[in-house]
Amino acid sequence: MTATELVGLTAAEAIGRIRAGELEPAELWSAYQQRAQADDLNAYTWVADADAPAADPAAPLAGVPVAVKDLFCTEGIPSQAGSRILENYCPPYTATAIQNIYDAGAPLLAKTNQDEFAMGSSNENSAYGPVLNPWDRARVPGGSSGGSAAAVAAGLAPWATGTDTGGSIRQPAALCGIVGFKPTYGAISRYGMIAFASSLDQAGTFTRDVTDAALLLEAMVGKDPYDSTCLGLPEPVQPPTATDLRGVRLGVPEELSGEGIEPGVLAAFERTLDIARDLGATVESTHLPHAAHGLSAYYLIAPAECSSNLARFDGVRYGMRVDDGGGLLDMYTGTRAAGFGDEVKRRIMLGTYALSSGYYDAYYGRAQKVRTKISEDFESAFSAFDFLVTPTSPGVAFELGAKSDDPLAMYFNDFCTVPMSLAGIPALSIPNGTAQAPGGSSTELPTGFQIAGPAFSENKLLNAAYALETALAFDSSPAREAS
Amino acid sequence: MLSSDQVLHVARLARLELTDEEVTRMGLELSNVLDHIEKIGELGELEGVVPTSHVVELENVLREDSPHQSLSPGVVLASAPDPAPGGFRVPSPGTS
Amino acid sequence: MNVELEPVIGLEIHVQLKTRTKMFCSCALSFGEEPNTRTCPICLGLPGTLPVTNAQAVHFGLMMAMAFDCEIAPKSIFHRKNYFYPDLAKGYQISQYDIPLCSNGRLGDVRIHRIHLEEDAAKLVHEGASGRIHDSDSSVVDYNRGGTPLAEMVTEPDLRSAEQARDWLNLLRVTLRQLGVSDVNMEEGSLRCDANVSVRPRGSSELGTKTELKNMNSFRFVMQGINAEIARQTALVQAGEPVVQETLHFDPVTGRLSSLRSKEEAHDYRYFPEPDLVPVAPTEAMLERARTAIPELPAAREERYGRDFSLGGDTARLLAYEPQFGDYFEATTQEATAGVSPAVLANWVTELRTRIGASSDPAESKVTPDALAVLAALVTERRINASAGRQVLDTLVAEGGDVAAIVEREGLAAMDSDEELAGIVKAALEANADAAAKVRDGNAKAMGPIVGYVMRETKGRADGGEVGRLVREQLGI
Ligand SMILES: [Mg+2]
Ligand SMILES: [Zn+2]
Repeated sequence: MTATELVGLTAAEAIGRIRAGELEPAELWSAYQQRAQADDLNAYTWVADADAPAADPAAPLAGVPVAVKDLFCTEGIPSQAGSRILENYCPPYTATAIQNIYDAGAPLLAKTNQDEFAMGSSNENSAYGPVLNPWDRARVPGGSSGGSAAAVAAGLAPWATGTDTGGSIRQPAALCGIVGFKPTYGAISRYGMIAFASSLDQAGTFTRDVTDAALLLEAMVGKDPYDSTCLGLPEPVQPPTATDLRGVRLGVPEELSGEGIEPGVLAAFERTLDIARDLGATVESTHLPHAAHGLSAYYLIAPAECSSNLARFDGVRYGMRVDDGGGLLDMYTGTRAAGFGDEVKRRIMLGTYALSSGYYDAYYGRAQKVRTKISEDFESAFSAFDFLVTPTSPGVAFELGAKSDDPLAMYFNDFCTVPMSLAGIPALSIPNGTAQAPGGSSTELPTGFQIAGPAFSENKLLNAAYALETALAFDSSPAREAS
Repeated sequence: MLSSDQVLHVARLARLELTDEEVTRMGLELSNVLDHIEKIGELGELEGVVPTSHVVELENVLREDSPHQSLSPGVVLASAPDPAPGGFRVPSPGTS
Repeated sequence: MNVELEPVIGLEIHVQLKTRTKMFCSCALSFGEEPNTRTCPICLGLPGTLPVTNAQAVHFGLMMAMAFDCEIAPKSIFHRKNYFYPDLAKGYQISQYDIPLCSNGRLGDVRIHRIHLEEDAAKLVHEGASGRIHDSDSSVVDYNRGGTPLAEMVTEPDLRSAEQARDWLNLLRVTLRQLGVSDVNMEEGSLRCDANVSVRPRGSSELGTKTELKNMNSFRFVMQGINAEIARQTALVQAGEPVVQETLHFDPVTGRLSSLRSKEEAHDYRYFPEPDLVPVAPTEAMLERARTAIPELPAAREERYGRDFSLGGDTARLLAYEPQFGDYFEATTQEATAGVSPAVLANWVTELRTRIGASSDPAESKVTPDALAVLAALVTERRINASAGRQVLDTLVAEGGDVAAIVEREGLAAMDSDEELAGIVKAALEANADAAAKVRDGNAKAMGPIVGYVMRETKGRADGGEVGRLVREQLGI
């Protein structure tokens, strides 16, 4: 096979060939390593330079290499979280989720670029420069896991890990035309994942298709004695097989599928609903009465938690330090001023303010109550529907710099994905077509279709997504061929 | 609208040094975001609603009291910006 | 103005728990190891790490809750207390805040407001102290102590004097030691005490403005600090000046208190529920395990010794507060023959304690409870006298052995013939005729040389009381 043919395989296809003795893991490694080393999307912050590591074809992932978001700690390998404050930082341990992947037989190919500490929706907030969208290099790949999304879409990796706090897997997956899966909060250990907002952060997958998502997810999930909030999943993740959606009830929350969504995205969404009906699903509109307040609650809770989580970056034990001899306080403020980018500072400020004395009840406390209401909304919706579906992102990939001066506009990117994060439920984005960007652009850009299910419904969710994916037959090759 | 004094107070709590330009800009941006966020105030009375701090309903996740191997000193100080024989050197708190 | 003022004192106590590992990671607790050798990614606060609660720390907390008759929270939670300091690896301390492990308890006559679990800070060493004088404006952080489990206890303001505070702290210390939850050593920092002090007119039920006293790292300093602060506040109030609410630092060298008021902004810890931990909701099994682990506590033991053994206050307290001696004392009562009173046994146990030291365990000495009981019986039956008994005890402490054999070997048996003793007394009176005359005239002090003569002659085996009786008999007084 040619290198181009090799990187055209999904991970599951590659595993099949390896098992059948038709493909050497080392061949696959070299093909991806060459593409990764030639990365011109700035998707990677580190690429393995070693020869192909030993691989066990019988292992679950059979030696198919993986790209890992830089938010995950990898022992002895830079883990910089997109931040200057962690430049060249090599942790002495590996995140549980990544160790699980290694143990399943997948070697580390590269670390992917990201928004600093996972704060952003465009991947423009990286100290290591923005990531470019392989569908249109003038546009953003989405964020915060932009590097992972771009790498998988462009065929620089067969698959990749990501993290999702308010949409950081689903939104870039949508903008790059691939599958992004955020499982139930607690399915995958957070140990070794550099914390942004602890009560929301959840690891997940970027893959070419739903089958690969199930495979990679199964490798990552599991209880972990190092994470008190990790439950694993009640049953193993199965490869999806559904061919139709008969008997499946889909709810369309009006609050998340109307106002503020680009017309092209809405049109793609409607076409997908038609396909779902054709597959036998019932589709009805429904309500999540508090979902519209999800963004507000999210932008209180996440900054509050991040203001605390990022307090450890103080120039004492690791990372950069700025010390001009002015004493401890100056060392702290100078280090953090130089080490953090604008967006991180903005959120630390917002979160510190929201937690500060006199404001807790009005902000953080109230946001946590809104969170309860949103969870209740989902619970009651899931008594009538198997899944809720929405457009993943309100728009297609936008141009670099288009929203960087307007935090509010940027935050709106997470409008459809944040409520699921607040409720901790699993949600997945599959590519469901293309649309033109508003403003008369003729470039066709991918759109995403989000499917959310009740907590621990991963297997059902993957099956529904698989049936739809098969019917949609989205062609992801343009992004690979352009790279 | 957040005053400069408020911005500076929060920045000090957060140990962030801000330039004058940043103080002004941060005041504006935070006020904008807060104006929007304050819409959760419109939700009316949430008295009696139990705040969600965890979505997982777990209790008593406890660890057995048996020791593991600690890190070796070389590893501990490997990333320290200013390692000293006795540990991590920092400017004295007294001089701040 | 000269009202009579009454001090009002409450204590805040940090107790280092005697677990094997830290509160939220599995590093072994540190006892003076090389700096940073008891650290891991978790207690160093490395990016990505998470805390997991130590079950034994919760168990010890529940034992304390029960020992102090507290109400145990059905579901307690951890918060983050956010502030920057180099001894705090994560930039926040994990501590129970609005729902502590337990509350509303009591120890002795002091009510306990709450007890909660938290983690200790690391140690900051000023480099000047380690010899780098040229660079003394820097410090070095050693994270070995960081993350050690702490139980923080807050009392109600029920104490009225420094002495009462000291005595109560002592009761607390022995109780915690008996529970086995802590080493409770103030000098080593495993028991740390801050005090809230205010004064008010005697009889008033309102509380005056309080100050918080820190850094009193011994019982003596607690007394000194509180007394100094009572005196300072009393002088202020008598002079009609206000007491300012502040934190004061005790200087053990000068014995003075100085204000810690810093130029820092008022503390704003931005507490919020720790999202990395789940609630502690004690199950019936956890409660039962704690309940059965609680031994008899010093206050109960003191009462029992009074009730069952008629031991006097000081002796009962001594044996109850130092349970190794209490246990030993009870062992001797099992061995003792009838006719030997528990009070006598208790005295011999305190004699032993003086010899081996209060911190030793008599069970590990060479003196068996049986030997001590035999010794007490010999003295009670006047078969040896008290000083011979002490001599036997010295020998037992040094080399152990059989009491009878020691008495025999060292020739300490009391004179068994009254006639022999009467003869020696007679000789003594003759040899000390002047003294005998003075005694006859009523000068009891003159007895000395006579008794000395007898003891020399008998090599100390004579019973002092019996000698006195014979002297008086033979002199006809
Ligand atoms: Mg405390
Ligand atoms: Zn540790």
